[in-house]
Amino acid sequence: MNESSKGAARLTRAGERSFWNNERKEALAGWLFLAPEFLGMLFLYVFPVGFSLYLSFCDWNLVGGLASIKFIGLDNFVAMFEDKKVLLSLKNNLIYTVFTVPIGMALSLLLAVVIHTRVFFQSYFKVAFFIPYISSIIAVGAVWSALYHPSQGPINQFLMRLGISDPPKWLADTTYSLPSIIIIAIWAGIGYQIIIYLAGLTNIPDDVYEAASIDGASSTQQFFKITMPLLTPTTSFLFITLLIGSFKVFDLVAFLTAGGPNDSSTVLVYRIFEEGFRNYKMGYASALSWLLFAIVGLVTLITWKFQNKKEI
Amino acid sequence: MRLRKIDWSKWTITIVLAIFSIIFLIPLVWMTSSAGKLEKDVMEFPIRWIPKVWNYEGNFKEVWSGRVPFYMFYLNSIKLASIMTIVTIFFSSMAAYAFTKLRFRGRNLAFGMLMMFMIIPEQATLVPRFLLMRWFHLFNTHAGLIIMGMFSIYFTFLLRQFMLGVHNDYLEAAKIDGAGYFMTYWRIMLPLCKPILATVGIIKFIWSWNDYQNPLIFLVNKNLFPITLGMQMFKDDYADNFAVIMMASLSAILPLLIVFIILQKQVIKGIALGGVKG
Repeated sequence: MNESSKGAARLTRAGERSFWNNERKEALAGWLFLAPEFLGMLFLYVFPVGFSLYLSFCDWNLVGGLASIKFIGLDNFVAMFEDKKVLLSLKNNLIYTVFTVPIGMALSLLLAVVIHTRVFFQSYFKVAFFIPYISSIIAVGAVWSALYHPSQGPINQFLMRLGISDPPKWLADTTYSLPSIIIIAIWAGIGYQIIIYLAGLTNIPDDVYEAASIDGASSTQQFFKITMPLLTPTTSFLFITLLIGSFKVFDLVAFLTAGGPNDSSTVLVYRIFEEGFRNYKMGYASALSWLLFAIVGLVTLITWKFQNKKEI
Repeated sequence: MRLRKIDWSKWTITIVLAIFSIIFLIPLVWMTSSAGKLEKDVMEFPIRWIPKVWNYEGNFKEVWSGRVPFYMFYLNSIKLASIMTIVTIFFSSMAAYAFTKLRFRGRNLAFGMLMMFMIIPEQATLVPRFLLMRWFHLFNTHAGLIIMGMFSIYFTFLLRQFMLGVHNDYLEAAKIDGAGYFMTYWRIMLPLCKPILATVGIIKFIWSWNDYQNPLIFLVNKNLFPITLGMQMFKDDYADNFAVIMMASLSAILPLLIVFIILQKQVIKGIALGGVKG
């Protein structure tokens, strides 16, 4: 029925046969234009996610070849919640999130507001704070690892000058390895957040502020009564992006500490990496991947729900 | 004429923020100054910002023609990032063109699906991608890495947003002249999209240049390493010779930094685009 009514619409719209051909041609062209991107996504995202779901129920060491795949049901998922390293990595991920997201957002909001209206040479400041973000996190990580050097590094020499005789060993210290990485992550990410906040701030029309100052609102009041509420979409965008990003943290951990010392800075993606590509436990690594996917999916759903509620 | 009053409070805040921005950039300043020092002078404290003995040349030689083949990593990075950037631009803009200017059944469904795929974290697909690459003999090849780096839903989305704003009249005119779909895309749409393509291109280049995770997992052969893995070798190989390591870091960062400073408007605009329509 749908087909015939469409056909009728075609006739009345064009009234000649050539249009029918065009429509088909356009559909063909459309799919051809879409094909590379779409096939790429199926090949690199959709198939892998499905395949890793299957693998997550299997015990399979790559070294044994395809023949050694063994279906074991939920064993991987049971094992992973008894795996001390995995539990530690989840805890570390949570700490990482709890520190990087709020601190980064508060600091970047403050800096963005100041840069937006309170200073000269705006573009200098934008560039200055953005430089770490575009710099290779690995190259920058190498710099920080020298700064953090336990005995000779400038940071500890400075602390010792201040009279702290036994400063932390930073990346080499089980207590401080994760905080050291968090500091680098906040430092490197803040430029991005400032840029996003500045984009949000430019969208707020000036006359709102003018009206407010005529009414005698102080700048603190203006910030809390105008800036903050009008920035809500930007804030929630950043919040989701950073939250999800924080669960994917890997580069700094892999490069600087390899999850150590003594697994003190291990994170979920690093567990996936180590189990999958160092121990070749493909099934277990897949189960961990699905844990990551579940966390990210859940976070996305919750934030969407929460956002929609607020809009109503 | 009105006398302009000097805005003291604005100047004060500017100076305070300027000082803060310098403190903020200390790690990079320290890198730049250490890259020109002798090995024994790097960890001198208090920090000497201008090297006592000017050793930029020595460290430069050690990095670029020393025992770790830095220039090779560099060439690999240039090759990988350039190809990924160009191909991504084509695939993403083609898809965006189909989504905005061609009408066909299933278009919106396809777009919805693509948007849904965006929640899949890349890290969750590492294991199966690793297997796929091995089965297709793409493991430990540049081709494999490029294939994994040439699709981007995010850029498709950005380009679609831009193309929605391109007026159909331009395309109609081409159609009347007898241009086919591909010609219209190639001759009319792409040139109209130049600004956004430049923006997307720079960002993609920076991201590809800085990628660490994929090369780490999918490359084994040292000859194929990009600069990020090269940095790892420097760090392991030169251990405590921080002057050389800092020169390597500087070399890895500097070209992109220069490009960024020249094209800062586009880069910043491109980054901001992502946030406008959250």
